[in-house]
Amino acid sequence: MAVLINGQTRLLVQGLTGREGTFHARQAAEYGTAVVGGVTPGKGGGKHEGWPVFDTVESAVRATGADASVIFVPPAGAADAVMEAADAGLGLIVCVTEGIPTLDMVRALDFIRGRACRLIGPNCPGLISAGQAKAGIIPGHICQEGNVGIVSKSGTLTYEAIHQLTRLGLGQTTCIGIGGDPLIGTSFVDALQLFEQDDETHAVVLIGEIGGRAEEDAAAFIRESVSKPVVGFIAGQTAPPGRRMGHAGAIISGGQGTASEKITELASAGVTVVKSPSGIGAAVAEALSGSGG
Amino acid sequence: MKIHEYQGKALLARYGVAVPQGEAVFSASEAAEVAERLGGRVVLKAQIHAGGRGKGGGVRFAEGAVETARIAAEMLGMTLVTAQTGASGRRVSRLLIEEGLEIENELYLGILIDRSRQRPLVMASAAGGVDIEQVALDTPELIHRLHIEPGIGLTAFQARRLAEAVGLKGEVARHAATFVQRVYEAFLETDASLVEINPLVVTETGAVLALDAKVSLDDSAAFRQPEFGDLRDPEEEETLEIEASRHGLNYIRLDGTIGCLVNGAGLAMATMDVIKLAGGEPANFLDVGGGANPDQIRSAFRILLSDERVKAVLVNIFGGILRCDILAEGVIAAVAELGIGVPVVIRMEGTNVEAGKRMLRDSGLSFTTVDEMDEGARLVVELANGV
Repeated sequence: MAVLINGQTRLLVQGLTGREGTFHARQAAEYGTAVVGGVTPGKGGGKHEGWPVFDTVESAVRATGADASVIFVPPAGAADAVMEAADAGLGLIVCVTEGIPTLDMVRALDFIRGRACRLIGPNCPGLISAGQAKAGIIPGHICQEGNVGIVSKSGTLTYEAIHQLTRLGLGQTTCIGIGGDPLIGTSFVDALQLFEQDDETHAVVLIGEIGGRAEEDAAAFIRESVSKPVVGFIAGQTAPPGRRMGHAGAIISGGQGTASEKITELASAGVTVVKSPSGIGAAVAEALSGSGG
Repeated sequence: MKIHEYQGKALLARYGVAVPQGEAVFSASEAAEVAERLGGRVVLKAQIHAGGRGKGGGVRFAEGAVETARIAAEMLGMTLVTAQTGASGRRVSRLLIEEGLEIENELYLGILIDRSRQRPLVMASAAGGVDIEQVALDTPELIHRLHIEPGIGLTAFQARRLAEAVGLKGEVARHAATFVQRVYEAFLETDASLVEINPLVVTETGAVLALDAKVSLDDSAAFRQPEFGDLRDPEEEETLEIEASRHGLNYIRLDGTIGCLVNGAGLAMATMDVIKLAGGEPANFLDVGGGANPDQIRSAFRILLSDERVKAVLVNIFGGILRCDILAEGVIAAVAELGIGVPVVIRMEGTNVEAGKRMLRDSGLSFTTVDEMDEGARLVVELANGV
């Protein structure tokens, strides 16, 4: 089992005909994902790499029975693409696009509220269920099937964690990159809830970074509602306040969102917080042996 | 992106927000001209991208052209150190000359995006003119918060209630409500990420004005806000940081001696962390992005090494989309071309890592390659310290 995406998922690619869209659609299909078509306004009716292309998500869903979408649309149109996917009834929407104006995301998130869909991202690497399917840009070959769930704000740190686990023989259920923007569709808490309910997931890795309060919220949730061992890492322990470290969300402002606050909260909720990302794999191995998992 | 006070006020004024009369100047003679035109007492405000100017001598008063010119001459070129500039301070090269006002009441108004509620948040307080973060800590009940429904916007009744909540009445409250609605409109239309008016003042004649304005704009909206480019002040940014963004690199200069070249923001921050854990100090944050090409790697090296404090470099790449052999190609080309005189430690992992390592080994250049991030950090710290 896995969460959010699996071998049955029928995936649509919004922005399929672009360079990124094409490359990652091919990668997803090679990994075994059922990629069923693409949407590029103005190119509907044609074919791209063998996949049918549609002008709207609505017509694509009608023709292909898609139930999920991954978005590689440029920033100016990305929020609209999210709303279009939600309106067409897709249950899972993964937005990889980086650099969407904040006010566009405010509107898109308002639009999808109350609709039956889950948005991952934006500005995220997407997700992968090991051995089954992927939507986004996480390299498939570093994953291995197993019992560890990963949720992370950062892309390459996620790969780092996956790689370490795989090398130690610890496979994964699903790895979710939720993105480092201030406004995102799926939070740590949402992902933790999914992993807690998933029988196959025996332990969770949570990778956070400075800025915001998502890690503190996660700590509160773990304390109350997570029975599985959680291993955490927080990036940006040495970042200076007031500077934006790459991700739009990664900024310490007014003394809030510091790494040490987050680490303290997580540790007090029972999370094993490692100081260096190199320690993630070993900490998971120990947590699993301790829990009998 | 931060902009200057005078620029923020000009943006707000375009949406009907009242601001004091005034003008930005670059010289003492211009300052005198503006003072002459305004007449009476004027205020001279240093234009730097940092708050707390008053305490550091960045806000002064003058009467008439002669005195204004004299004080302007003192202020222009000075290095202003405030609580927000850091110890090195900022050089003052622009002043805002404004009419002096008779103020009756100082309030606070701020608009930003509340990331946890995912919508705009308007904050107002009767405790204006002071450090609002301190107010929020000590007396949070003095700050009134209003979340805005994105599809509806800030309604007239909400604006009236906000004015009432901060203690305004009658005609002044009506002016203030209109003022708040106009500021909200400006916030939306300019793609701002923050508009903060502290203080928002009520004058003795009952006028409501923005005495100060701190505006930050959302960089991601630059494609539809053509003015953003003109509002940027390169003097407020590190030259190397501007150069980096031109190459699609995200670089932030820090104070240490170990240069870092990493792909991905999270991994870049984590790399800084492990360097610090190993007893070193990172010289920078540098994210080359997920899909860097050899050209970008070369630019990244050039930027890193133009900081003469760098004593050793740690390259930390997890090749997912960016393949290790492509990275190796970029590193070898950069080192061969730039003739790097400091030790370079390379830790790479991921796609095509064996091919990448072979290329580095066969290049005849002296790299140190390691498998683990912690090991890389330990080694680069030793090398930087000349051990």
